[in-house]
Amino acid sequence: MGPSASQTAVAATLRRRQQTRRLAGGVMAHLLLILVATLFAVPFAWLIITSLKPLNQVFTDPLVWIPDPIMWSNYAEALTSPAFPFLRLLGNTLFYAVAATAGTIISGAIIAYAFARMEFRGRDLLFGITLATMMLPGIVTLIPTYLLFRWLGWVGTYAPLIVPLWFGSAFNIFLLRQFMMTIPIDLTDAAKIDGAGDFTILWRIMVPLIKPALLVVGLFQFMAAWNDFFNPLIYLDEAAEYPLVLGLYAFRTRFGVQWHLIMAASLAVTFPIIVLFFVAQRYFIEGVTLSGLKGA
Amino acid sequence: MESATPTSEQKQAGVRRPMISKQLRKDLRAYLFLSPWIFSLLVFTAYPMLASFYFSMTKYTVLNPPRWIGLDNFVTMFTSDPLYWRAVGNTTYYTLISVPLGMLVALVLAILLNQRASGIGVYRTIYYLPSLMPVVASTLLWMVLLDPRLGLVNIGLQAIGLPRVGWLNSADWSKPGLILMSLWTGTGTAMLIFLAGLKDVPRSLTEAAMIDGANGWQRFRHVTLPLLTPTIFFNLIMGIIASFQVFGPAYVAGDGGARQAGPLNSLLMYMLLIYRNAFRFFEMGYASALALVMFIVLVLLTLVVVRSSDYWVHYEVGRR
Repeated sequence: MGPSASQTAVAATLRRRQQTRRLAGGVMAHLLLILVATLFAVPFAWLIITSLKPLNQVFTDPLVWIPDPIMWSNYAEALTSPAFPFLRLLGNTLFYAVAATAGTIISGAIIAYAFARMEFRGRDLLFGITLATMMLPGIVTLIPTYLLFRWLGWVGTYAPLIVPLWFGSAFNIFLLRQFMMTIPIDLTDAAKIDGAGDFTILWRIMVPLIKPALLVVGLFQFMAAWNDFFNPLIYLDEAAEYPLVLGLYAFRTRFGVQWHLIMAASLAVTFPIIVLFFVAQRYFIEGVTLSGLKGA
Repeated sequence: MESATPTSEQKQAGVRRPMISKQLRKDLRAYLFLSPWIFSLLVFTAYPMLASFYFSMTKYTVLNPPRWIGLDNFVTMFTSDPLYWRAVGNTTYYTLISVPLGMLVALVLAILLNQRASGIGVYRTIYYLPSLMPVVASTLLWMVLLDPRLGLVNIGLQAIGLPRVGWLNSADWSKPGLILMSLWTGTGTAMLIFLAGLKDVPRSLTEAAMIDGANGWQRFRHVTLPLLTPTIFFNLIMGIIASFQVFGPAYVAGDGGARQAGPLNSLLMYMLLIYRNAFRFFEMGYASALALVMFIVLVLLTLVVVRSSDYWVHYEVGRR
């Protein structure tokens, strides 16, 4: 009886100690999470704060955390400035992003369908080549591709940025094909027996079933086009044709030290993407995770 | 006799034809679906790859047709272009520090996010949000934060008793500045991939280790980490490829690299050198040679990492 009583006592202390430790661990974990969140959020907060300051409060010691007065007018000034014609740039960006996204989704679905559901000679070889190009660093094709588009007279237009995407891109083809492989073959076979052609099966059966994957692919292409800096930089030469990010860069070159306006413009360029992220967060995180799958 | 043969041939053909053409028709239909992709592979991949070998051995300034000069571009690159080695040095420095550091930060963040705590989704969003920012916008923001005189970072450093540094205005500190920036903007994706990897570690394994008396670090070191090696492998390759080709931040922070990319060309990254030669000086031949060398180095490096993976990447349990 004695030993067992002391045993329970020991067990109770142990349990209590474990509980306190778990509690302490929980508090520690939250403190760490909050600390890191602060580190990540402060630069972003600084972007917002600076965008609302009068110019003479941008660089001060001590720091100004709350602008006085709060300059909402910075946004009007930045976004209506002739050097940063926001609506025009936004229109250009939307045109680029929508055309790029549509091309990627449509060509991706058609090509992936052939790899996933059609039997033909040379399929494994062609799919192998597709996988290999996925690993290919794009740098080696850069200059000849530029020269090709120059020869076609397409430099100065959006065609070099959009047209290639209508012919498929390796990673998206791979991703969509993997998704289509998970759709039960019976579903498409039944339609085939009923006399449906491949196009009908693709649009009527496949596309509705792999909608989440198409959304992921489309979302990423949209973001990539929105954030694309390099291609517009090398292919576009008229300021009126620029997309937002390139316009933002040009704005900064013109208004070197007006950091309050530059920050307002930067936030305006970022804001739509953040909204899109919150609307489609689920697909977003799924998509990033999927892109990691090919390695794991 | 003469009249019988044609009929039997006709018969044979009649039997055989649909068999051949059935397979052929299948092939044709499939290749119709694949035609855009085959076109793309030929025109946007195969042709440029082959052409880049050719252009790299020419002097080609766009205005005049390419002139064959053999290996001259490579000789110039390695022996008489001081900016070449500057760019190689800068890019190597940037890659060697930003890739391991970025992966470490991404892994630590993922481990933090893999806890069962309330509101974890909010933290995940906050950690990931900077990765969404267009690179021009985030670089401009960091130019404000890293202002050598009155930037938030320097004033923060001073507040905790550290010296202020010149960041993007100093040849010694511009690359650390760029790396600091990359930790804020560039770790989100790797973090989410690590997080997915961590979620795949079977709880039963870590619990078994716990019952065997393994402490937190031992569980991480001997259970979680080995299972995470495929993810580390993936992030490593992606990190190397991305950082070798870093362009946007260096271009924006180095003011377009028109005369100099950052103080004393300290932000002259390899891609910037290619860009400058191709699109500022229209030295397409030389730029192709530069790109080709970068391509070969990247392929070799990837192969080395892939080869080395036999020794440190574990696949046995994660596969299902």
